[in-house]
Amino acid sequence: MKIIKHSFDGVIVGAGGAGLRAAIEAAPHMKLAVITKLYPTRSHTGAAQGGMSAALANVEEDNWNWHAFDTVKGSDYLADQPAVDILCKEAIDAVIELEHWGLPFSRLENGKIAQRRFGGHTVKEGESPAFRACYAADRTGHMILQTLYQKCVSMGVEFFDEFQVLDIKIEDGVCKGVVAFELSTGDIHIFESRAVTFATGGFGRIFKVSSNAHSLTGDGPGILYQKGIPLEDMEFYQFHPTGIYRLGILLSEAARGEGGILRNKDGERFMERYAPSIKDLAPRDMVSRAIATEISQGNGAGPDSDYVYLDLTHLGAETIKKKLPDITDFVRTYVKIEPINEPIPVQPTAHYAMGGIPTDVNGRVLSDEKNTVLPGVYAAGEAACVSVHGANRLGTNSLLDIVVFGKRAGESMLEYVSKTKSTSISDSAADDLVNKINNLIEKDHTDEFSVGRIRNDLQESMEENAKIFRSEETLSKQTEILENLRERYENVTIFDKGKVFNTELMEAIELDYLLDMSESTVASALARKESRGAHSRQDFPDRDDGNFMKHSFAFKNGNSANLRYKDVELGKYEPMERKY
Amino acid sequence: MDIELKILRYDPENDRKGHWEFYKVEADPDERILDLLHKVKWFEDGTLSFRRSCAHGVCGSDAMVINGENMLACQVLVKEVSNPIKIEPVRGLPVVKDLIVDMEPFMDSYKKVMPYLINDKDPGDRERLQSQEDVEKFEDTTKCILCAACTTSCPVFWTADSYIGPAAIVNAHRFVFDSRDEGSKQRLEILKDVNGAFRCRTAFNCTSACPKGIQVTKAIEDVKRETLLNN
Ligand SMILES: Cc1cc2nc3c(=O)[nH]c(=O)nc-3n(C[C@H](O)[C@H](O)[C@H](O)COP(=O)(O)OP(=O)(O)OC[C@H]3O[C@@H](n4cnc5c(N)ncnc54)[C@H](O)[C@@H]3O)c2cc1C
Ligand code: SF4
Ligand code: FES
Repeated sequence: MKIIKHSFDGVIVGAGGAGLRAAIEAAPHMKLAVITKLYPTRSHTGAAQGGMSAALANVEEDNWNWHAFDTVKGSDYLADQPAVDILCKEAIDAVIELEHWGLPFSRLENGKIAQRRFGGHTVKEGESPAFRACYAADRTGHMILQTLYQKCVSMGVEFFDEFQVLDIKIEDGVCKGVVAFELSTGDIHIFESRAVTFATGGFGRIFKVSSNAHSLTGDGPGILYQKGIPLEDMEFYQFHPTGIYRLGILLSEAARGEGGILRNKDGERFMERYAPSIKDLAPRDMVSRAIATEISQGNGAGPDSDYVYLDLTHLGAETIKKKLPDITDFVRTYVKIEPINEPIPVQPTAHYAMGGIPTDVNGRVLSDEKNTVLPGVYAAGEAACVSVHGANRLGTNSLLDIVVFGKRAGESMLEYVSKTKSTSISDSAADDLVNKINNLIEKDHTDEFSVGRIRNDLQESMEENAKIFRSEETLSKQTEILENLRERYENVTIFDKGKVFNTELMEAIELDYLLDMSESTVASALARKESRGAHSRQDFPDRDDGNFMKHSFAFKNGNSANLRYKDVELGKYEPMERKY
Repeated sequence: MDIELKILRYDPENDRKGHWEFYKVEADPDERILDLLHKVKWFEDGTLSFRRSCAHGVCGSDAMVINGENMLACQVLVKEVSNPIKIEPVRGLPVVKDLIVDMEPFMDSYKKVMPYLINDKDPGDRERLQSQEDVEKFEDTTKCILCAACTTSCPVFWTADSYIGPAAIVNAHRFVFDSRDEGSKQRLEILKDVNGAFRCRTAFNCTSACPKGIQVTKAIEDVKRETLLNN
């Protein structure tokens, strides 16, 4: 294994929407590297379907303050309101900028960017559903990712494709650079760099049924967590109501935005009972709970009564073809039914991490609950927690988050790089990683301690005990299971001892991060004795603003986490009961 | 049901050339071929290497030859192919290990066509207007996920890897027919080259191979026509 050293001013880890947007900001003014374990266009931003919200008011009167109101209410009042204001205000320019860079948005009759309805977005603070989501058919994320990558190609941004970052070097509290594994050779690369942004995306693969890519394993948050950086609000994980039954492949909320309806086994539109005013377009946490409740009350369809239907049959072939072509193709491909004529079996699917690496509104990573900034380290996108999504993210707000805060992280890197002198990283920077790899290569393979088996048990148990409804009992049980899995992981073995594309080796290291993500999630969930947004405790069914209007900060402590808390930054919206 | 997989394996550190390996797996008819590859990798033979990420046909990582045809392993179900299932890396790009090929030549061709919007005019502070009809003129080719299934199914590309290939032309098409773009002159000049669009002999393999259903051959024909008009 060769060790190769590079020197940059700044490094961005991850080339999804957040990483690319940061790169566009930073690249013209510094020596920048973008390191990504996947080719950039394969990042999971490309899977996003429905849209990206901004109060453009192209269809009807709209205003970014209403967008902010909806985001705060949707977050169950856990979002930091000043950050939400930034998100919603800067949304407008962010969408326009993407159009200027060539994004092929769907258009209205008058040639302006088309906008559609989405869950939890309303006009006039709850009056009626708002047409706010800008979209490109149902492949909005694909077009955002393509457009940002195209922009980077035109600018000559330097990429290290299929390089996986596995370590960061922080000395005396200051960032020195990162260490990466080159997939095609097995060589180790040291990137000396005084500014590093993590934009590694989510970690839905801690659960069994997920809309997330196999590659979403929480590498960025894991790398920092292992260095003592806390993770914020990990108990808030979003389950999207409409994943294809068993597969978890997402069917965008745009389907309901265009008029799709959820029905139980009797054909009843059950959302009328749970959210009388906006029904099927209630926020995701509520709809997922409603589905789980229907199923537990015996109203689920199918032989195991474990799914409900998403009914698009009344929308007509034309709307489906023009506005929802991709998701209906997924149904044809994977379920072999024709959504124009038949309702689709769906169940909630693990979808989005509201929690992650704590940052301020400028993408600067915080090393504790007192807002202490970690110099030179930044985070953006789903890997980060600003927090604009609080306890529950509204649909379309993540594509927004990645461009708004991706840009801000890029600006912060620039500012830092222009104020500081180049750094030097020691030649021994690769030692920890080299040892970790050698250790895995040298151990003989045993079936019992294979990556596949341990990960399988992890995903199944998280699915069982830490999904939509949780309680002291299920979470304590999961804590024990995780302890056992961690012990097994200490002995993990791999079969592949080669250098070239040793993807099994990478999966073994990713499993460490998956365990970290699970441990911090379960510990944070156990400590939050209330129900808020996506976190529902059956033993504490109400929101408890007195004790828990707070962000949690989980610090790694062996196999578990120590928790500390930070007050939510409130603003003009007073917390009230969330009804729709 | 029992499925037999016959996979063309190559380990650059130990093999001089590729060889077939056989695996038996238990599978459900509704499972994806990718799920079967995972079963082998996770529970039987961790050395089997392939790329994958999204698992539902949107990232373009897992194009491979399945029973003789280019497909995404995550987009084909067990019940859609005959058993035993024969799996090989795509053709025309150098094999690095097992089902993984070197994507760099493919990405280089893509970058040659200037795959980005070119327009120096100040667009102002609102969106440019564009009619939905104008969007539809190039919408088909915006769907490309750069999986290389088309290019690696092309007989011209197999014999002359200097040919820029269908995927690059598809990505040129996406801009050439965008009413907002003004870079077509330069782009079409590049495509006029000996290794450009006119090497295409309309074999249609690319169109059948495209997992996104893009009318690849039609896009190439459109670009050829535009190139002639541009002369
Ligand atoms: C199916 C689906 C549909 C969605 N639809 C919508 C929608 O309509 N609207 C909306 O707002 N949001 C939507 N979302 C959410 C949104 O798409 C994501 O939250 C967002 O795209 C995440 O972007 P990102 O840049 O943070 O991460 P990603 O796009 O996931 O990118 C992560 C990047 O990090 C790299 N990486 C990871 N680990 C490493 C490492 N160790 N070393 C180097 N590189 C690494 C990867 O290669 C990749 O480039 C959807 C999500 C899914 C799953
Ligand atoms: S045109 Fe189709 S087959 Fe070719 S690279 Fe694009 S998506 Fe793949
Ligand atoms: S794994 Fe993404 S296209 Fe198949």
